[in-house]
Amino acid sequence: MTDADGEKVEVVVVGAGLAGLSAAYVLGQAGVDTVVVERGDYPGAKNVTGGRVYMHPLRHYLPDLWNDAPLERYVTRETLTMIADGASTAITLDSDRFREEPHHSYTILRSNFDRWLGDKVAEAGAFVLPKYRADDVLMEDGRVVGIVMGEEDEIRADVVVAADGVLSLVAEKAGLRQAQQAKHFAVSAKEVIELPAKSIEERFNLGPGEGAAQLYFGALTKGMLGGGFLYTNKESISLGLVVGIESLMEREPKIEVHEILEDFKARPEIRNLIADGETVEYSAHVIPEGGINAMPKLYSDGIVVVGEAAGLGLNMLLTVRGMEFAVASGVMAAEAIKKARETSDYSAASLAQYQESLSDTFVLKDLQTFRSVLDVMENPRLFNFYPQAVCDIFTKLMWIDENPKPKISSTVIREVLGKFLNWSTVKDGLRMLRI
Amino acid sequence: MNVETKLGLDVFKIDKEPHIIIDQEICKSCDDKFCLYVCPAKLYTVNRETGDMEIECSGCLECGTCRIACIHGALNWNYARGGFGIQYRFG
Repeated sequence: MTDADGEKVEVVVVGAGLAGLSAAYVLGQAGVDTVVVERGDYPGAKNVTGGRVYMHPLRHYLPDLWNDAPLERYVTRETLTMIADGASTAITLDSDRFREEPHHSYTILRSNFDRWLGDKVAEAGAFVLPKYRADDVLMEDGRVVGIVMGEEDEIRADVVVAADGVLSLVAEKAGLRQAQQAKHFAVSAKEVIELPAKSIEERFNLGPGEGAAQLYFGALTKGMLGGGFLYTNKESISLGLVVGIESLMEREPKIEVHEILEDFKARPEIRNLIADGETVEYSAHVIPEGGINAMPKLYSDGIVVVGEAAGLGLNMLLTVRGMEFAVASGVMAAEAIKKARETSDYSAASLAQYQESLSDTFVLKDLQTFRSVLDVMENPRLFNFYPQAVCDIFTKLMWIDENPKPKISSTVIREVLGKFLNWSTVKDGLRMLRI
Repeated sequence: MNVETKLGLDVFKIDKEPHIIIDQEICKSCDDKFCLYVCPAKLYTVNRETGDMEIECSGCLECGTCRIACIHGALNWNYARGGFGIQYRFG
């Protein structure tokens, strides 16, 4: 269908990330005339993750699609490390459950993965148009009727799927949200460091194909909200950190993200793991941390918002998530559009089905459950006092010198009472109960 | 490794037109200048001679941190044009 003003399709998806491509895949399979507009040279050219993806939600929403996906390593070892000045304490979970097929989670590099998914979407019958940036939405009588690209090009559509990532200029231009606040976002910087597979498996105690996922918090972010991460890929390591943008703006003296990353890399916990590795890429990405309190409107007349554009990301302290929200929201948006198509009614009332579906699933339920996580994390003691206290106690227990050693129990009791039995830690404990 | 060296590892398709436009009037009256240190690519600098805020758009990772941190609204921020800017090979 073409009209005088330009191209007309049933659905235009802005952004070839996991959310947009998942939506387009479902729509393409259903024979819905769909175009995905992507500003990069290929799907994945602008997309960054930490990263690790949890596979069970993906398999639930798009069964069978992932069997030949270019994933990296299935994670068998989960490590959480508390970093203090000059010391760290780590806890590792190695579980046979992580070795059971189908595997629980995989490390992932998005440029590779999204490009593959883009091909799958094309096979499913949707059209992927790279190298085009959506600059504005077309509005008529208060409803979204398409997008504008550059000075001249436009695509008209029954529905626009805003899958344009965390900043979602499309959602903003469609009037679905206000300006974004620094306190609701973090910035992440990451290096991909190449190492031979054999070195990775030896250094992290992994079998062939197995992977490690490590989160770090404490002194590395220098009192600021955030943490570090390390994921082993097939032949590289993804190493990076995340810092709250407001924390970064308020900190004195000022410090820059790339400096914090260099300091992190120089720590003994990290430097031996990446020794002789070659950095091959440096990337950055903004992460939504505001949860359900910072979400835009998810739909309006002729538009739905999916993935990070919808603020769908969640830091659950021990796990960080986003990609499974992207896939689930993309699929549910597509299903709502298919339903709306039966009556050719693409009004807000009709597309409201999308949000109802999200509300019934882990997507909005988890965001609701963990709605207070940011309040809990906006506590500098979490990043300086606690990791330091744990490392201090552990050091006292492990240290042997020429003096007589007190009983372990008396050391533990004295230290725990001294450090943790006061009003601030009780208050912190009560706050922790909110998540 | 400094940040310039890191950016040298990335693939950029450089556009003649900058995709972020700075309103110098707003920057002149801004005491915060968050952009100078929140950018993970360290692309913002103050020109020593003119005092203008400058950005080197060709090394932009298109993360959007500056857009969020510039609470004074000095940035007319956009992504690089279609087919330009950072092209991640790993992501």
